[in-house]
Amino acid sequence: MTDTLPRKGWQMAKVLGSKPETAHARTFRLSLPGRIPHLAGQHYVIRLTAPDGYTASRSYSIASAPDPSDEFEITVERLEEGEVSTFLHDVVEPGDELEVRGPIGKFFVWDGDSPALLVGGGSGVVPLMAMLRHARRLGKSDIVRIVVSVRSPDDLLFADELPGPDATVVHTRMAPADGSRPPGRIGLADLAPAVAAVGPDARVFVCGSAGFCDAATDLLRQAGVPVERIRVERFGPTG
Amino acid sequence: MARFTRGFAGRGADRDPRLPPGQYDAGQTWPVLTAEATPRLSPSTYTFGIEGLVARPTTWTWDELHALPPSTYSGDIHCVTTWSKLGITFTGVSVDTLLEAAGGPLPAATHTVATSHTGYTTNVPLPDVTGGKAWVVWEVDGEPLPTEHGGPVRMIVPHLYFWKSAKWVATLTLLDHDQPGFWEVNGYHDVGDPWTEQRYQGD
Repeated sequence: MTDTLPRKGWQMAKVLGSKPETAHARTFRLSLPGRIPHLAGQHYVIRLTAPDGYTASRSYSIASAPDPSDEFEITVERLEEGEVSTFLHDVVEPGDELEVRGPIGKFFVWDGDSPALLVGGGSGVVPLMAMLRHARRLGKSDIVRIVVSVRSPDDLLFADELPGPDATVVHTRMAPADGSRPPGRIGLADLAPAVAAVGPDARVFVCGSAGFCDAATDLLRQAGVPVERIRVERFGPTG
Repeated sequence: MARFTRGFAGRGADRDPRLPPGQYDAGQTWPVLTAEATPRLSPSTYTFGIEGLVARPTTWTWDELHALPPSTYSGDIHCVTTWSKLGITFTGVSVDTLLEAAGGPLPAATHTVATSHTGYTTNVPLPDVTGGKAWVVWEVDGEPLPTEHGGPVRMIVPHLYFWKSAKWVATLTLLDHDQPGFWEVNGYHDVGDPWTEQRYQGD
């Protein structure tokens, strides 16, 4: 019953460092000694506490592939009105301690074994990146495909790892100069080859804004994917 | 005693007293949180049923629900992902009215499970859906409930975290035991009181 629980409750993790992914997103590497190893797709909750006891907490997807070490990475988009994301971007330094709880989640998790199609919009790519990295590390790129939708090349997270033979990047507003695909919203033609590549038994993971997720799931249905194979994680305007 | 975070001042001084601990005001936005694909349900074929330990298990159509005495909730809702939406109004029918029409709970009934047309489930203790605490609703702020927020018809149990308020609700089943639902099996709390931060099992 409690197998997905952060059994240890709130713990103090140490910030080892951070690096920019785009102008608005940073990846933070944290160390949490004795942590429960995470699964691809899970998240941690981060809780900030003010001296007067006021708290603010948000969930952040883990970007790093599962591994047995004490370290993991979260990738955080900076939202102007987000009191936690702005704090992480603007204030946190290496050596700081952050209160965390996790890893959390069992539903939006790839088992590392079955065929999977990953469809992400914007920063929704983060939990999918943990899955893709896991697949590549396991040598199972053949059973996983990822399709990522971003506004422009500058908005692509993990750009040094995407695209690839297992990865398609779709640009909605501004496409790169190679002219392979004009800018435009994700369409059936973007998804159909990936749907075909993973086969009818694949689990499909969709992550992004509510609008992106609904558009993507409608397309997946048109592409013949049974709705019960689709798992969705929507990112609201939280921060 | 929680350790405080270096450099974090918070917003303690001007905090709205309607916000439970750890929550923030989502303002005009209403984030969507759903683990499944959004279903396309038509009011013409929609049904809601009360099942299990009631005197007369009953199913209502869209028109039959609208023929029951209407009821309105005006107040706040709180999502476990830490947003709250203050001052929102839902219109529908009280779960009390539905239970009464179904002949009332049997004495053995202690818990409920709400099930959605998508298969989503969530468990709520019976005392948390009776006594004017829960509704089956189809309007929000005077407008039809949008599909992404559970339309045409959802349940609301606004004094608990909002995952207890099943979207696209199909049935409310009364049981003589607690039966954890979708998120509860995945580690979330069986009751979910935002004022005591019952977010996860064990809180």
